[in-house]
Amino acid sequence: MFRSLSLFVFLSLFWLLLSGFFTPFLLSAGVGSALAVVWFARRMDVVDHEGHPIDLGPKVLLYWPWLGLQIVRSAWAVSRIILHPALPISPMLVRFKPTQRTGVGRVIHAQSITLTPGTITIEARPNEFLVHGLTREGALAVVDSEMDRRVTACEGKP
Amino acid sequence: MTTWIDALSWACLVGGGFFCIVGAVGLLRMPDFYTRMHAASVIETLGAGLILLGLIVQAGLTLVAVKLLMVGVLIFFASPTATHALARAAMVRGLKPLLADDRSTASKP
Repeated sequence: MFRSLSLFVFLSLFWLLLSGFFTPFLLSAGVGSALAVVWFARRMDVVDHEGHPIDLGPKVLLYWPWLGLQIVRSAWAVSRIILHPALPISPMLVRFKPTQRTGVGRVIHAQSITLTPGTITIEARPNEFLVHGLTREGALAVVDSEMDRRVTACEGKP
Repeated sequence: MTTWIDALSWACLVGGGFFCIVGAVGLLRMPDFYTRMHAASVIETLGAGLILLGLIVQAGLTLVAVKLLMVGVLIFFASPTATHALARAAMVRGLKPLLADDRSTASKP
């Protein structure tokens, strides 16, 4: 129930920010739409810890800036490789076991790996990630990484 | 003041354009499908990110900036999903990635 209420608040805010009009008609239309979407979502049974993950800890807001910094760093590294005359790549596949306990945590971890240039998650199974790295060092760096620890620290109770 | 804002936003826009071009060059230079995806991810992170940042600086503290931010969040959630789906589809269909061990170890690690 609390999750539905939170979803309603988020949807209403989303409407307000997208519309930018504060006339009574448009405000009530927004509230009506948000209520309808919450109703549909409940009927579809998607208002759960995956559909609306509010039980991720507040640490996730600190994780995003850190991830942004990693993205900039690795994008710069990949750009240098692309512009290097010899194209010094050493593609490699690695398999490892992520430490996350929840599905949402594993999704965040796999998405973060794919989002940082130079590494792509090809398979994300509960006990095994298969990652393709552009360079040997980049691929080996995702195994038991700081990213893994940080995502595990972000996730809520299983 | 507006001069500085313009300068900052132009620096972001030119930087974003630079990384888009670098990504495109990478798409042409990389040897196989999987390595090309790494080049493409430079475009969708730093390229798109810097261009959006430059536009947000131009927009200032308005609802337009919030909408641009939402576009950025959408890209940052959707693009890794699409990349992962593409890579996994290629792997399931049996496209073998070119690995460093196959080539001579002459390529600098």
